[in-house]
Amino acid sequence: MSQLLLDVNALTMRFGGLVAVNGVNLKVKNRQIVSIIGPNGAGKTTVFNCLSGFYIPTSGSVMFKNEQIAGLKDFQISRKGLVRTFQHVRLFSNMTVVENMLVAQHRHLNTNLFSGLFKTPSYRRKEHEAMDHAAQWLEEVGLLDVANRQAGNLSYGQQRRLEIARCMVTQPELLLLDEPAAGLNPNETKELDELIIKLRDEHEISIVLIEHDMSLVMGISDHIYVIAQGTPLADGSPDEIKNNPDVIKAYLGED
Amino acid sequence: MQGKLYNALFASGIALILTCLMVGIKLDTEGTQLAIKGATTQQWLWIGLGIGLVFLSQIFSDQIDSAFSKVPKPQLSKLLPEEKKMSVLKPWLIALLVVVMLIWPFMVSRGSVDLATLALIYIMLGLGLNIVVGLAGLLDLGFVAFYAVGAYTYALLSEYFGMSFWACLPISAGLAALFGFVLGFPVLRLRGDYLAIVTLGFGEIIRILLNNWTAVTGGPNGISGIAKPTLFGLEFSRRAKEEGNIPFHEFFGIDYSSSYKVIFLYLIAVILTIFVIYVINRLIRMPVGRAWEALREDEIACRSLGLNRTVIKLSAFTLGASTAGFAGAFFAARQGFISPESFIFIESAIILAIVVLGGMGSQVGVILAAIIMTILPELAREFSEYRMLLFGLLMVIMMRWRPQGLVPMKRPHLELNR
Amino acid sequence: MSEFSLYLLQQLINGLTIGSTYALIAIGYTMVYGIIGMINFAHGEIYMIGSYVAFIVIAGLLGMGLVSLPIILIVALIVAVVISSTYGWTVERVAYRPLRGSNRLIPLISAIGMSIFLQNFVGISQGYRDVALPPQVVGGWTFGDPSVFEVTVSYMQLMIWAATLITMTALTLFISRSRMGRACRACSEDLGMTNLLGIDTNKIIALTFIVGAALAAIAGLLLGLYYGVVNPFVGFIAGLKAFTAAVLGGIGSIPGAMLGGLVLGVTEAMTAAFFPSEYKDVVAFGLLVLILLFRPSGLLGKPEVEKV
Repeated sequence: MSQLLLDVNALTMRFGGLVAVNGVNLKVKNRQIVSIIGPNGAGKTTVFNCLSGFYIPTSGSVMFKNEQIAGLKDFQISRKGLVRTFQHVRLFSNMTVVENMLVAQHRHLNTNLFSGLFKTPSYRRKEHEAMDHAAQWLEEVGLLDVANRQAGNLSYGQQRRLEIARCMVTQPELLLLDEPAAGLNPNETKELDELIIKLRDEHEISIVLIEHDMSLVMGISDHIYVIAQGTPLADGSPDEIKNNPDVIKAYLGED
Repeated sequence: MQGKLYNALFASGIALILTCLMVGIKLDTEGTQLAIKGATTQQWLWIGLGIGLVFLSQIFSDQIDSAFSKVPKPQLSKLLPEEKKMSVLKPWLIALLVVVMLIWPFMVSRGSVDLATLALIYIMLGLGLNIVVGLAGLLDLGFVAFYAVGAYTYALLSEYFGMSFWACLPISAGLAALFGFVLGFPVLRLRGDYLAIVTLGFGEIIRILLNNWTAVTGGPNGISGIAKPTLFGLEFSRRAKEEGNIPFHEFFGIDYSSSYKVIFLYLIAVILTIFVIYVINRLIRMPVGRAWEALREDEIACRSLGLNRTVIKLSAFTLGASTAGFAGAFFAARQGFISPESFIFIESAIILAIVVLGGMGSQVGVILAAIIMTILPELAREFSEYRMLLFGLLMVIMMRWRPQGLVPMKRPHLELNR
Repeated sequence: MSEFSLYLLQQLINGLTIGSTYALIAIGYTMVYGIIGMINFAHGEIYMIGSYVAFIVIAGLLGMGLVSLPIILIVALIVAVVISSTYGWTVERVAYRPLRGSNRLIPLISAIGMSIFLQNFVGISQGYRDVALPPQVVGGWTFGDPSVFEVTVSYMQLMIWAATLITMTALTLFISRSRMGRACRACSEDLGMTNLLGIDTNKIIALTFIVGAALAAIAGLLLGLYYGVVNPFVGFIAGLKAFTAAVLGGIGSIPGAMLGGLVLGVTEAMTAAFFPSEYKDVVAFGLLVLILLFRPSGLLGKPEVEKV
C-alpha cells in the first residue's frame, strides 16, 4: 500500500432525512498538513466527528494506518493515535494546567489500583515520567510558567495552546484541529502557525485543519480540500485552490 | 410594592390550598367505614402560622435574600492554620486525633461508645457513597442494597459455614463490588438520571428478594445469632461459645465486663474507618481520581483523549459498592441480627443526605455530617417523628443555597516542581 | 376455552387495568423529561397525594349523607386534580426552577429531597399506616363457564379504562390543537429557541408539571378506589413503575408512555400468573434494565444525537 496515513473514501453522514456529509474523500500522507475549508455549515466539523468516532458514519470507509476505524468508539480511535481538538475549547477548567496534561496520559500511567494505593516503585516511576513528559510539552508550547495555574484562568490563546499540548502528550500520529485560530489575535495566530509547522517538521506528525483564516491555511497547507453543503467541491495545492473558479464562486457567491 | 403584595397573597393562597385538606382534615377509620375528622385547634394554628410565614417571606423576599448573602458562609478553612504550617502540623494533628479516639471509649459510658460505633458505620457509608456521588458525579439511590449484600454475605457465611468475621470482611466487600459491577455495567453507558432510577429499583429488588427468599435469608424474620468478631480467636462473651476457646477476660485474667465487647467493636470500627479514609485519600491522588474529576468536568474532552468513560465510572461505582459491603459486614457483626427492615430506601436517603450536607466530594465534610446526623436524632428524641421530614427539607434548602455543602470540597492539586 | 386460557384472559384484563393507570402517571414523567430533560423524582408523591385527597373527599361526602356515587366521584376527581396540580406546580417552583442551569445532579437531589419531604409530610399529617376505603364501585360483568373458570370484568375496571381513554384523548387534543400545546411541543424540540421566540418557557415548564400532576391525581383516584388502600409510601413504588413504563415506551414520547404503561401492566400480570406475586416488581425492574441495555430509546422514542 501507499504511504497514506489516513484514507477516507465516500464518507457519508445522514441525520434522519438530512445529509450532512455526502461522499467526502480525504487523503493524508505522513508528515503532511491538510486543510479542510468551506463555508459555515458545510459539514466540516461533522467530518471530524465521524473521523474521531463521535458519530458513526452512515457509509463510507475510514482507513487509518491501513486499518478500518469507521465504527470504532471514540476512545478506541484516540488510542490508535488519531486525536482531535474542538471548535470551542474543552479544557478541564477547574484542574491545573499540569493536571490537564496528566489526565491526557491516563492510559500510559499505572492505573493498577493496588500499586497506586501502596505507591509501589513502578507506580512512582510512571507518575514521574508522566510529569516529565507533561513538562516537556508545556515548554514546547510555552506554558511551563503557568503549569500550576487553573486551566480556566488562562488567556484564550494559552487555552488553545494547552489544548494542543494536551493532545500531543497522548503521542498521536494524526492531529485534527477544529478552527484552532478562531478568536486569536494576529500575534497569537502567527505563533500557532509556527507551532503547527514545528509539529509536522520536528515531531513528524500529520495534521488535518479546519480553518477560516485563509492566510493561515494558504501559508501552511500541503494540500487543501474544499467542501460545500456536505459535498466535496475541489482539492489541490494552495495555488490550485486559489485559482479554482468553482471555489471562488462558492466563496464569493454567483456572478 | 403592589406586585409584591400580589405575589405574597398568591403564595399564601397556594399554601392554603396545599395545607387545608392534607393537614386540616384527617382520615379516620370508624368500624368498617372511613370517616374524616377536623384537625385540632393547634393544627389549625400551625397552618395559619405557616401561611403567615409564607406571606411575610414573600413581602420581605428582597430583605431576606440580601440578609442571606450577608451572612458569612462558614469559612472553616480560615480556622485552620495556613497551608505551609498545616503540612507540618497535619501528621501530628492526625496522630493526636487517633490517640484521642482510641483512649476516649475507656472514659465514657457504654451507650456513648455504642453511638460512636454507629456514627463510624455512617462515616464509612457516607465516604463510600461520596466516591460515587461526590467524586464521580453519579447519583446512586440504592446504595443501601450494597450495604445489605455485605451484611447478608457475612451473616450467611457465618451461619452456614462458620466463617470468621475477619475472613468474611474482604469477601463481603468483594461480593458487593461484584453486584455493583454487574449493575453498573449496562447502566453507566447511559445518561446519569437513568442510573439514579435503576439504582433506586435495584435497592427495592434486593429488599424484596431478602424478604421472600425465606429458605436462605429467613425472610422478614432475618438472621439472628450472628457471630461477633474475635481478637485472634479470643471471644468477648462470658463463656466461650466454641469448645476449647478461652474468652478474652479469662485469657488476660481480668474480671468479665460486657463493656469490653462494646469497646472492642468500637475499636474495630475505628480501624476500618481509618482504612477507608486512607484508601480514598490515595484514590483522589491517583490517576483514577483525576479521571473522575475530569469526567465530571468534560466528558467529551475525556473521550477524545482516549479515556474509556464506562470503565472509569464503573471503577467509582464498584469501589463505592465495596465500601458499603465492608460497612455492611461490620454492621451485621455488631448487631448480631439483621433483617430486610434495616435496608430500606430511607437508609439510602439518609446516607445521601449525609453526603449532600457535608459537601459532595469533601471527606472532612462527610465525616462531620455523618457525626451530626447520628448524634442529633439521639439528642432530640422528641423530634424523631420529624427527622425524615427535616432531612428532605434540608436537601432542598442545601441544593438551593449551598450546593457545595458545609465544608466544600478542596481537591489536592498536583504541583509541577521545577 | 380451557381453564388456563380463561385464567390468562383474566390476567390480561387485570394487567390492562393496572397498565392504564401506569400510563397516566408515566405521562407526567415523559412530559417533564421531554421539556427540561430531567426526571421529576417527586412525581410518585403527587400521585400518592391525589389518592389521599380523593379518599378525604369521598369519606367527607359520604359522611355528609350524600349517596349519589357519580356526584361523589366527580367532586373527588375535581378536588384531587386541583390540589395535586397545586402540589405539582409547587414542586417545580421550589425544587426545579431556582436551580435551572446548574449541574444536573443538583436539581435531581433537590427533587429527591422534595419527595422525602412530601412522603413524611403526609405521613405526619395523615399517619403512616394504611387507610382503607370500602369498595364504592361494586359488581361486574362475568362470563365463561362457572364450572371451569369465570372471567370477571368489574365495573371498576371498566371505569378505569373509560377514564383513561377520555383523559388520553383530551390530552392528545390539547397537545396537538391548543396554543399552549403547540408551545409545549416547541419547547420539547428546543427550549432555548422557543424562549427566544418570545414564548414564556417558564410558564410552559410550569404547565407540564401541572398537567402531569393532574393526570397523576386521576390515577391516584382510580387506583385508590381499585385497591381500596393508601399509605404515604405508595407513590414510591408506583413512581418507579411509571418511570419504567415511560422508559419502555421511549422517554419524551407521549404515545410511548401510553404504550409502555400497558405493556408493563400486562407483563406484570402475566408474571403474577406464573410466579409468586411479590416477584412482579422484580420483573418490572428487570424489564427496565433490559430495555436500557438493548434499546435505550424505548419502543417509540427517537435515538438521541449527542451534540459535540
